[in-house]
Amino acid sequence: MSAKPPRPPVDRETKPKRSNFSRRGFIQGLGVGGGVLSGGLLETALPNAAEAAPATIGPDPVTITLRLNGKSTQVAVEPRTTLLDALRNRLGMTGVKRVCDRGACGACTMIINGKVMYGCTVLAIDAQGKNIETIEGLAPEGKYHPVSEAFVNNDAQQCGFCTPGFVMAAKNFIDLHPDPTLEDVEKGLGGNFCRCGTYVGIRPAVLEAAKKMKGGARNA
Amino acid sequence: MEKFSYASPKTVKETVALLDQKTNSNPGQVEVLAGGTDLIAMMKEYLATPKLVVNIKDVHELHGIRPEKGWVSIGAATTLDDLAENQMIRTKYPSLYEAAVGITSPQIRNMGTVGGDLCQRPRCWYFRNGYGLLAMDNGKPLVPNGENRFHAILDNSGPAYFVSPSSFGPALVALGAKVKAISSSGAREIPAAEFFVKPTSETQREISLKPNELVTAILIPENVGKNTTYEIRERQAMDWPLAAAAVDLKMNGGTISQARVVLGHVAPTPFAATAADQFLAGKSIDEKTAEEAGRQAVQSATPLSQNAYKVRLAQVAVKRALLQAGGKA
Repeated sequence: MSAKPPRPPVDRETKPKRSNFSRRGFIQGLGVGGGVLSGGLLETALPNAAEAAPATIGPDPVTITLRLNGKSTQVAVEPRTTLLDALRNRLGMTGVKRVCDRGACGACTMIINGKVMYGCTVLAIDAQGKNIETIEGLAPEGKYHPVSEAFVNNDAQQCGFCTPGFVMAAKNFIDLHPDPTLEDVEKGLGGNFCRCGTYVGIRPAVLEAAKKMKGGARNA
Repeated sequence: MEKFSYASPKTVKETVALLDQKTNSNPGQVEVLAGGTDLIAMMKEYLATPKLVVNIKDVHELHGIRPEKGWVSIGAATTLDDLAENQMIRTKYPSLYEAAVGITSPQIRNMGTVGGDLCQRPRCWYFRNGYGLLAMDNGKPLVPNGENRFHAILDNSGPAYFVSPSSFGPALVALGAKVKAISSSGAREIPAAEFFVKPTSETQREISLKPNELVTAILIPENVGKNTTYEIRERQAMDWPLAAAAVDLKMNGGTISQARVVLGHVAPTPFAATAADQFLAGKSIDEKTAEEAGRQAVQSATPLSQNAYKVRLAQVAVKRALLQAGGKA
């Protein structure tokens, strides 16, 4: 990706004593729509940035730009909105699942800047400028990714609710460990749970996918 | 989660200014957000209700591992994964490496940070369910006669019964590490053994960090002995240890000249097992010595109604840590 999308505009005039200004108020004040500012304007707006505390954002919604599966998307969120909730509730991306919502199950696993993370435990506002990959981006041509295919071949799901997270975790694991042993697979996917207990299918699925991806299958 | 304002400073100086201006009157009004693996869950449970959240992930100075005059400095925002992937840490400080990979969820290791491991709140289920850090109900402690199977077996005469949740804590105390912190009143270095404290009142925290202070790095001495961490947990993945032991053994040939044995997850702070240290001095590492050192380490244990099993686990953790450090495991 090219330039880092700008952070939301921050209130330079009223810092630092006033923290709960309205979104409408500060957007009008800065004379821009959509919450997008050039980095240059931000720099010049505050000559003494190093001396002062930076201004705060929110708590009302602000417009942020997320890079989702290679495409930039704008969405208005409060600072407290998690990336998971922004995707599911604001952007209609329901492939990423909300189960425990406490970073303890793996159903919301997504790949952020090449590393697996729990979307329920990342603030959407923190995810700006990062490359976010979800299950929706895994089959852009409508074809199965080798990992998804291996999950089907090995009957690696029952109810299927943990599957999108598992597939993302497996895909990232294989990218980082192209030639895994069974023990590596068990350790490498330790951050995901399947309450149906389909691990007996998931283990061979990951090994099969790893072999296929090494053999030149599409490594999205 | 309550609403909060958000700031994302780029420098330590900006961070300190943000922490200072709001916290002077009211602790808990500003929270530092690093990996978020504890804070975001705490906010969802309304156990943390800050007015301002300060993201420090974009503060460049807080990242990275580098030598610093006889010490190795590990930036507070360094992720657990970055620490575990560092070859120097792996070879010279296996106690830190083992503790990092003991956090058995790759996602948590990719998100969580070294500073966050030290500052995370205890996992005590009374605390997490709103009974407070000391788990009191009408002035009576709930833990001694309650569900205490995961609670402290050492240093547990009250009022704190929770166990220190830090994975690095025992290793840092064993290695003689220091925690670097900064606030508007200046920077200071806190010996790891003093960083973790046993609170005596509900208003006190389990770490000695002041509300307006930021952990910037941990400092590990360059001169360390054979060290490792051994953790025992119920599940192989996504679980906190039930007991852990970190050891640092300074050797003189085949003999231990100085031993530091520190237990984790068995007391409100990392527990320095000085009886085991004394026993090990002048001995060589073998199965029998390791076994006896384990016994010595837990000799002052006072288990609660449901957690006597942890005494045995801590004892075995010490034995296995010693054998692992000595290359005899």
